[in-house]
Amino acid sequence: MSRLKQIGNWFEQRLQIAGVIRETATHPVPRQSASWWYVFGSAALTIFILQVFTGIMLALIYVPSAGEAWNSLQYLNHDVTLGWFLRGVHGWGSNFMVAVVLIHMAQVFLFGAYKFPRELTWILGVFLLLMTLGMAFTGQVLRFDQDAYWGLGIGVAIMGRVPILGASLVHLLLGGPIIAGDTLSRFFALHVFVIPGLLIGFVSLHLLMVLKLGINEWPMPGRIVRRSTYVQEYHEMAHRDGVPFVPDAVWKDMFFSAAIIVSVMACAAYFGPFGPSGYPDPTIVQTIPKPDFFFLWIYAMLALLPPQMETAILLIAPVVVLGFLILLPFLSGEGEKSWKRRPIAVVTVLLIAVALGTFTKLATYSPWSPVMDGWSGDPVPVEYLNGRSPLERQGALVFQVKQCRNCHSIGDSGGKRGPALDTIATTLTRDQLVRQVIQGGGNMPAYGKNLNPAEVTALVSFLETLHLPGRPPARDAAQATVTKQENSPPASNR
Amino acid sequence: MSEAPTHAPQPDSKAEISRRDLFAKIGMMLNGLAVVVLATPVVGYLLAPILRGERGQYQRWVSLGDLDEFPEGQTRLAQFRNPISNAWDGDTDKIPCWVRRLTGEQFQVFAINCAHLGCPVRWFPQSGLFMCPCHGGVYYQDGSRASGPPPRGLFQYSYKVEDGKLMIEAGQIPTLSTTASLQTRSGGCQG
Ligand code: HEC
Repeated sequence: MSRLKQIGNWFEQRLQIAGVIRETATHPVPRQSASWWYVFGSAALTIFILQVFTGIMLALIYVPSAGEAWNSLQYLNHDVTLGWFLRGVHGWGSNFMVAVVLIHMAQVFLFGAYKFPRELTWILGVFLLLMTLGMAFTGQVLRFDQDAYWGLGIGVAIMGRVPILGASLVHLLLGGPIIAGDTLSRFFALHVFVIPGLLIGFVSLHLLMVLKLGINEWPMPGRIVRRSTYVQEYHEMAHRDGVPFVPDAVWKDMFFSAAIIVSVMACAAYFGPFGPSGYPDPTIVQTIPKPDFFFLWIYAMLALLPPQMETAILLIAPVVVLGFLILLPFLSGEGEKSWKRRPIAVVTVLLIAVALGTFTKLATYSPWSPVMDGWSGDPVPVEYLNGRSPLERQGALVFQVKQCRNCHSIGDSGGKRGPALDTIATTLTRDQLVRQVIQGGGNMPAYGKNLNPAEVTALVSFLETLHLPGRPPARDAAQATVTKQENSPPASNR
Repeated sequence: MSEAPTHAPQPDSKAEISRRDLFAKIGMMLNGLAVVVLATPVVGYLLAPILRGERGQYQRWVSLGDLDEFPEGQTRLAQFRNPISNAWDGDTDKIPCWVRRLTGEQFQVFAINCAHLGCPVRWFPQSGLFMCPCHGGVYYQDGSRASGPPPRGLFQYSYKVEDGKLMIEAGQIPTLSTTASLQTRSGGCQG
């Protein structure tokens, strides 16, 4: 025992660090801040360390070359002992890290922790969020499968929309004229050296500031932050009614971090690693690229933004959002911290969460994408053919062959780009159907040049049979009046 | 510095600069100079991909194969090896494109990339449409925009026929701002 102590002393004499460690560990935190709400920051740090560790493990095998990356991932998945598990932990760790950082940010925002004197802590946090997303995106590129290839294509296309500098940005991002070897190498450098290096630096500063300024106190409605008095008030709070960080608060951080790591490992073991999807050969055009989970909402927005405003929104919105996040502590650096007295803050967080959730959900089944094999996959269901005339059946064939079902479903199968057509004849008359098919409109292409008159007749006859069993097909109101006056049977609408 | 109280000049006497101050400043300037000298080639190295692009070094004529591989009145998938490529590119330097042969030596060669966000468009001969799997962009057989979010028609390569081979000028991924080098013959891209 005394031998151990001697060794300890030998080091301490040279390092002179024990004091700092003790001080850091036992620094007082306000009693109520030793709460389960305050565990997300430390959890993010824990996952980051996990990512660094598993990342180094993967780098032992991974080959950062456009020609070999994909093969080396297959090798990791199938041949290297437990390679699949480490890939799984790294991939799921990435998802957990983004999630935890987002939750941490929302909590810090709702608890007013960005206010005086923690403005800079918040701003560094904003950059940490950006870097976390940057790691998630560059990591997806390193997976170098078809999703990665075409995902880069989307990034490049967005860069290409920047006025004047577009071409330069494209070439800078790619490291050359096309997505190829040089592209993967530079994303490797970003993912493995540049961003992690910055992250380590920023995280250290972020933590240092949390220690120097003290953890945010539990916000009380009515307890107002003022620049002139806050520091002293906090000091009194922490010392008069404080508890030492170790052990009073730290055990919760530790429990939560452990729970997160176990969850990451459970996901990795149960769901396995992500991909890689198809081999990155751009001549394989039978591919439906999708981004990773945390970028799905962007994918959805790119489909749903009005095309005329798309470029403007794509280029301006990120600057505005980033600017707002950075300016936030200066716009409201004082005042109420409690979310109970900040309804706008609460509503904003809820709105953003709901919007992101909705976009993500939409993107998982992307109704805006034509189903590329909708026309060849499922035949027209039999009940839509029973008792139909030869002409109408001919029309069903045209409907199938002309890829209408890539965008339209009948009998619940087919694309969702356009409306389902099961009962289309109930709402559209023959003339309207003809017009829609020939002229298109909305998001439907015009088929005028690709259908001959016979095909149109057959197709529309088939469409006219698509109405609810008991309901007659739609008729032209003007024509109906005429026929009534002529006392003809109302069923006729010729 | 511990000797400051004894040796330092009076703080308010501005005219006088001690030798040490002077050396410290010169030392800093020397380092600044070294950084600039080092930074210049580094910046050049980093910006090389841009400069090469601006000098038009990415564009070359490449062959898509014999004319009779492309029947008249049809649109077919063709591919070429990108003129600028490296041994470690794997298959990523194999670039696909859609070749439409109208009649004789009349062609249209479309880039694979959707003008919206670069996803690979697919040709459907039955309906004469190109459809994009990402965000629902659709084009007619002549490459003009039919529907969906694309801001323009498909990008086209300029082409020529030489020794019975179809040649296109290609080399870089087409986007809204890297199209200029992929000039369309008619000048307009919407057609
Ligand atoms: C690229 C996708 C796409 C394809 C292919 C397509 N449609 Fe459409 N269709 C749409 C969209 C989108 C709409 C909605 C148009 C609007 O918003 O005005 C639509 C609307 C319609 C409507 C009117 C629906 C209503 O409720 O108003 C009919 C009828 C129709 N399509 C029939 C067809 C037929 C027949 C074909 C094949 C020849 C076809 N469509 C091919 C996308 C498509």
